[in-house]
Amino acid sequence: MNLRARTLALVVVLLLLAAVPPVAALLDQPFYLDLFRRIMIFAIAALSLNLILGYGGMISFGHAVFLGVGAYAVGVLSHHGIQSGYLQWPVAIVASALVALAIGAISVRTSGVYFIMITLAFSQMLYYLGISIEEYGGDDGMRLTVRSQFPGLVNLDDGTAFYYLVFGLLVFFMFLVHRLVNSRFGMVIRAAKSNEARTRAIGFSPYAYRLMAFVIAGAMCGVAGALLVNHTSYLTPEFMNWTRSGELMFMVILGGIGTTLGPVLGAAVLLLLEDFLSGWTVHWQIILGPLLVLAVLFAKRGLAGLLPGGSRDGD
Amino acid sequence: MATDALLDVRGLAKSFGALRATDGVDLDVREGETHAIIGPNGAGKTTLIGQLAGNLRPDAGRIRFAGEDITALAAPARSRKGLARSFQITSIYREFTALDNVALAVQAHAGHSFRFWRPARSEPELRDPARAILEEVGLGARADVRAANLAHGEQRQLEIAMVLATRPRLMLLDEPVAGMGTDESQRMVRFLGGLKGKRTMVLVEHDMDAVFTLADRISVLVYGRIIASGTPEEIRANPEVRTAYLGEETEG
Amino acid sequence: MDPILVLEQTLNGLQLGVMLFLMAAGLTLVFGIMNLVNLAHGSLYMVGAYLATAFFQWTGSFLLAVPLALAGTLLAGIVVEVVALRTLYARDHLDQVLATFGLILFFNELIAILWGRAAIYAAAPTWLSGHIELFAGLRYPLYRLAIILVGVAVAALLWYVVTRTRLGMLIRAGASNRTMVAALGVNIRLLYTVVFGFGAALAGLAGLMAGPIYVVQPGMGEEILIQVFVVIVIGGIGSIRGAVAGALIVGMVDTLGRAFLKPTLATVLSPSAADTAGPALASMLIYMLMAAVLAARPEGLFPARGGG
Repeated sequence: MNLRARTLALVVVLLLLAAVPPVAALLDQPFYLDLFRRIMIFAIAALSLNLILGYGGMISFGHAVFLGVGAYAVGVLSHHGIQSGYLQWPVAIVASALVALAIGAISVRTSGVYFIMITLAFSQMLYYLGISIEEYGGDDGMRLTVRSQFPGLVNLDDGTAFYYLVFGLLVFFMFLVHRLVNSRFGMVIRAAKSNEARTRAIGFSPYAYRLMAFVIAGAMCGVAGALLVNHTSYLTPEFMNWTRSGELMFMVILGGIGTTLGPVLGAAVLLLLEDFLSGWTVHWQIILGPLLVLAVLFAKRGLAGLLPGGSRDGD
Repeated sequence: MATDALLDVRGLAKSFGALRATDGVDLDVREGETHAIIGPNGAGKTTLIGQLAGNLRPDAGRIRFAGEDITALAAPARSRKGLARSFQITSIYREFTALDNVALAVQAHAGHSFRFWRPARSEPELRDPARAILEEVGLGARADVRAANLAHGEQRQLEIAMVLATRPRLMLLDEPVAGMGTDESQRMVRFLGGLKGKRTMVLVEHDMDAVFTLADRISVLVYGRIIASGTPEEIRANPEVRTAYLGEETEG
Repeated sequence: MDPILVLEQTLNGLQLGVMLFLMAAGLTLVFGIMNLVNLAHGSLYMVGAYLATAFFQWTGSFLLAVPLALAGTLLAGIVVEVVALRTLYARDHLDQVLATFGLILFFNELIAILWGRAAIYAAAPTWLSGHIELFAGLRYPLYRLAIILVGVAVAALLWYVVTRTRLGMLIRAGASNRTMVAALGVNIRLLYTVVFGFGAALAGLAGLMAGPIYVVQPGMGEEILIQVFVVIVIGGIGSIRGAVAGALIVGMVDTLGRAFLKPTLATVLSPSAADTAGPALASMLIYMLMAAVLAARPEGLFPARGGG
């Protein structure tokens, strides 16, 4: 029963997202196209974080760094004259995976508070590194003068086409994560989160699996970064700022840990909320801050947990 | 010198600050036997089990399993060698079903788990043995119940099922009937009795009925040392044991 | 390399170490005793800096501004503890991280509303400005020297309290077994509030001293917080001794690295390469150090279990 409710909700959400371009065109509000495309890009990032945080219990507080790595991969290559998306995006993925491997190799060995602090520290390190490299704009960042070119496939300058590309990738990643978390690999990750002592006692050494999950999540977020830089046509180290990482975590939690739909809902709610509040006052963070605190204190199970059957592991 | 011992422990020692929790333990467990470890509260049974299972590193001494020195091996490696353990305080996957729980234990010994696509729940090589083991321990009808919703006694049975699912050469059972009512513990004791001879078991227990029913040999742990080791009759008759332990314990 | 310069930078490293220690001690105590990850610790540092600057401007007296700022920060800390953090003690770390993250957003914006987003100017009092001649050839800023002395004094005070007083005994007991301490009838709530207040005061002290040297603007707390995390990871969570060691190491490595890495590199690389690589590497130095320490000792150098 709850499975059916979930699947239905999922389908409804996807249909709504797919309907945005025609509706936006009808209402002559291109702003909505932009807004929901942005939401979907962050949904992909949140989805990747959900893999390690929601299902794996790894509280990574530096996940936004991969948004930065992916974005910089595209931006830097573009800056040096390489405009082809067919080259840029694979580099973005590989670079994110490698950074994740480097950070993960050290951090995944630790757990709990150490893991939180270390992932935060490493992501800030790269943030400061980004600021210190004047060639790529330093803390001002730089423009992406030409969007990633995919001759023969899709023109990213066409807002609607770009929108559906992001949509397609979102659906693809949702499906991918769904398969991952229910596979043998996913079961080990989830078991290690549920009961680490028991997992070791039956014969699993969680480290390798967790590291792999960390790398996969990093690579996926790198794709989101490549999408983001194309979306904004601008790139700054702020993509990697720890406050971004905090926002991503909130998207995962608000949406509901350990569900496929959760990150999408979470991204939508948080970004729509930010958009709404910032329309009210320039000091919207003073409202958002306490709201988030209240959400943590009282709405632990997230939005997906509101569906019938409550929050259940796996879909 | 029990050279045919499956588990051979020599001079094991572990201290926590000034407390000598394990103070030079020698222990040997022969293949196929059921060996019980008893002792008053605070004797250091949990610490000993922790070191045998690989959760605690001993300060001194060595542990040989099937002829191989495993002292430096961590818990997952020991499990892969065939040394399985159950926990005194039930340690299962509460959000997963009973079947999922056991299937995970099967999975840990069914090749590597770097498989990313096929749902684990659809693999007969995992589900079938898991179901069979659940039947064996008497939880067949409860396979699809969330572990958190099982009764306490059923959860203890699930613990045992998970141990069995790893196809162990030696089972380290930490108070298997802890917290069980009379009926349940009798059923568990009967079940474990059915494993006698087929599996090697090291049993840490307080319940004297269970111990004397099941054990081929008993070792008595007091203040971190084994003060006596022998058949149940020998232990019953041993005056040291009586004073140190049996004289004080009247119920399990 | 000019030995006077090296000495000067070493003292600067010590001074940074002192600031980091004050922050780390509070954070690590709160974590060790209450098992609370408090990201908003940096916000208290920021509050201390802003209050000191404001009180100094208002009263014209630094000596008056210091206790006022300390009291203000202490008050802010206690209010935060009672209102927001008490419910978090029972929650898991993820909840604590998220909730205190929300607090950071709140505080940063509050400060921005009250004082604006631009950096404000905080002056050292005239009797602490200027230099002092430590010995032949080495003239060192009096203010920085004062910070070092204050820091050492506080460290000594902390050591005394933790090892020689009843409160300290409770703190150490609570760090290793909080249920037992509660079972002994100690008013845990009060103890927690006291410990948290202590930590807040330390952060406020670091903040009020920081004004004249570092940039005072919204978000300043998080910049130092990241370094404090590195300190705690290197030193070991929950241990004062670890906080001291970690703070000194990080303070030294960061300061000396920023000062000398570029010129050192310039001896082997081209000047322009050293120009980019130098600062970039220097900013990454403490994180690489953290990675190295973790590789060798995942629990840090002096984890709480060992004492301290």
